[in-house]
Amino acid sequence: MAVTKVVMPKLSEQMEAGKVIKWLKKEGDRVQSGDILAEVETDKADVEMEAFGSGVLRKILVSAGDKAPVGALIGVIAEEGDDINAVVAQAGGGAPSAAASSAGAKPAMADRPAAVPPQPKSEDHAERTPSPSKGPESPGIRRAQETVAQQPVVTEMAPRPQAPAAADGGRVKASPLARKIAAQSGVDLKLVHGSGPGGRIVRRDVEAAAAAPAAAAAPSAAAPSPALRPVTPTVTGPEYEDVALSTMRAAIAKRMPLSKAPVPHFYVTSEVAMDRAWELREELNGLEGQPKISVNDLVIRTCALTLLHHPGVNASFQGESIRVFHRVHMGIAVALEEGLITPVLRDAHAKTLAQIAVEARDLAERARQRKLRTQELSGATFSISNLGMFDVRDFSAIINPPEGAILAVGSVRKVPVVTDEGLGVGRRMAMTISCDHRVMDGAMGARFLQDVKRLLEEPLRLLV
Amino acid sequence: MAVMTYREALNLALREEMRRDPDVFVIGEEVGLYEGAYKVTQGLLKEFGPKRIVDTPIAESGFTGVGIGAAMVGLRPVVEMMTFNFALLALDQIVNSAAKLNYMSGGQYNVPIVIRGPGGPAHQLAAQHSQSMEVYFYHVPGLKVVRPSTPMDAKGLLKSAIRDDNPVIFIESETLYNVKGEVSEDPDFLVPLGQAAVRREGTDVTVIAYMGMMYRAMEAAEELAKDGISVEIVDPRTLQPLDTETIIRSVRKTHRAVVVEAGAGFAGMGSEIATEITEEAFDDLDAPVARVTGAQAPMPYARSLERLKTPTKEKIADAIRQVCYANGSR
Repeated sequence: MAVTKVVMPKLSEQMEAGKVIKWLKKEGDRVQSGDILAEVETDKADVEMEAFGSGVLRKILVSAGDKAPVGALIGVIAEEGDDINAVVAQAGGGAPSAAASSAGAKPAMADRPAAVPPQPKSEDHAERTPSPSKGPESPGIRRAQETVAQQPVVTEMAPRPQAPAAADGGRVKASPLARKIAAQSGVDLKLVHGSGPGGRIVRRDVEAAAAAPAAAAAPSAAAPSPALRPVTPTVTGPEYEDVALSTMRAAIAKRMPLSKAPVPHFYVTSEVAMDRAWELREELNGLEGQPKISVNDLVIRTCALTLLHHPGVNASFQGESIRVFHRVHMGIAVALEEGLITPVLRDAHAKTLAQIAVEARDLAERARQRKLRTQELSGATFSISNLGMFDVRDFSAIINPPEGAILAVGSVRKVPVVTDEGLGVGRRMAMTISCDHRVMDGAMGARFLQDVKRLLEEPLRLLV
Repeated sequence: MAVMTYREALNLALREEMRRDPDVFVIGEEVGLYEGAYKVTQGLLKEFGPKRIVDTPIAESGFTGVGIGAAMVGLRPVVEMMTFNFALLALDQIVNSAAKLNYMSGGQYNVPIVIRGPGGPAHQLAAQHSQSMEVYFYHVPGLKVVRPSTPMDAKGLLKSAIRDDNPVIFIESETLYNVKGEVSEDPDFLVPLGQAAVRREGTDVTVIAYMGMMYRAMEAAEELAKDGISVEIVDPRTLQPLDTETIIRSVRKTHRAVVVEAGAGFAGMGSEIATEITEEAFDDLDAPVARVTGAQAPMPYARSLERLKTPTKEKIADAIRQVCYANGSR
């Protein structure tokens, strides 16, 4: 009865395209609304994608490993015998056809004749014997109604308003559930007609919109296949190769200039005597039953406590105002094979060293397994990037907007130091804060750093 | 299992608990010689004698106070209100003594009392005898409030109430005393307080209703099934503590909710449940939570007006269609 389009969902604010990691259903499998269809890689995490309609997964248009823009058709759910050719053909703008992607990667639509939809054999029968319910009417409207017909109650009764819900003003009236489904299925609520009271968009409207061939063309240009050529050791091989961007690398490439160019960075560097902090950490880690504390855990706790006294550094530029945060949500940069990710340790100021150690390790581990939830990846008020494990003396980091500052931490090194008695050996750690000059000035950054240094040099304070 | 009436199920619960525990006794108007105004205590005087089945004068505040005192020193009284409307006369005893003594004595005293009797609208009992009395009690910290809709629950919940160490308000219904149903004859069968029951499974809308309203909602659900609307019905059974988990789980599944209550809607059970749903399941809602409640008016005596004042099957069905955005069908 119903043809449901499976589209690349918009799973985060920044997401513009996603990669299908794998399909958990194959063509011909029966699916229920709510079943997990596939795993999708976004710029930040791997996410399971649900089916929003029931029937048979008739067609997979983007194979595992391929990318598609948000909103692009990547599969079709319909009953056996339903005609899905029109839907597949309409997909034109959005996704590579099954043929194209499995044939190994043409850069999408530009050179594909949009008018020639794939005609899989299995559909021939249905083609020749259309069910009597199928009229020649406009396929879009027809399909919208067919999808809704899964809930027979609803379909015939409600009159369909003429204008989209947003027509009479800026705000779109939609039920909370409709909003949630729209966000997950990539439907633009502004283009949906609401059938509820006062034009409210409700679930069935969104499902109908997701099932109907999109009125607005899906974003164009699918990504090229990331397949690499085999590396040949001979001198006759190619001089270079172009490696396709991973989703995460693409996101980093896009976001970093958005920080570095418009945000006026300035940098303040300081050096901390880490001898006492080092001893304290050794002593803590010698205690049985205690979680292992890393140097970075000490830095996180120190910064979190210090930020409470320097709210101006725990702040974000908002255009017309500066938002000063009263809680510290600490972004912790985690290096991954293919890039980096900054999970957020919430309310770091209110947590003990042990809590911070356990949570930071859990976040880092799940970041590496790409199992972080999207809400664990946003909302930081300040970030820390630590390259100490790579034996880096010091470096400066790029601010992660809308945060106002980030602290770059180097390794703890044994160095010769001048003491009252002469020359000795001490442990030193350099740290550099990058600050948004629109939010704060050099002295503010310096004072903050000074207090961080003091606290780390009197580390017993971290325990009280 | 045996098939018996709601009245017989209550009687069996009292009998079993009195046999099990010599501290349990029944006190109230006409509970002994007359065997209860609604015959719930039938045969108990004969079996347990006048020391454990105590007839009292018409003095609710007095005999409720006697019950509370007895509970404080270790007995387990079951106080019968001839109708729960009369509990208003004992409100100070219940609200200020039974509910608060455990707290105010720093835990030195429990008040393991059950106060039971019929409440809610019945048939032409008029303004003073048709009130949904639960609203007066579930607002008070320290009281548990039970409204059992089926014979099985009447037995299992009354036994749990008697065994509970807190004061329990147990409100039955005149209209349900003759309802028949399967009842466990196992003397150890209990229905725990604070656990809702899904009376009917469905996918399109959750209706939360108890007592007579639950039966009307069932009828509305049968009728709407013909139109293809699949209704799930959740019966809270205990209003305090309220099993919000079962309600929320159901609403997360159906995305729509209708709360039915016999009494006036202002600050009623429907308001409470609608708020819980909005707080816990906002993003799962496809429509605002609807309430079907009694009108904000005293219950009229005239049958035609009584019908206007009370939630009917038709009013419940209308609300369900409304949250399903299916108004055009009738």
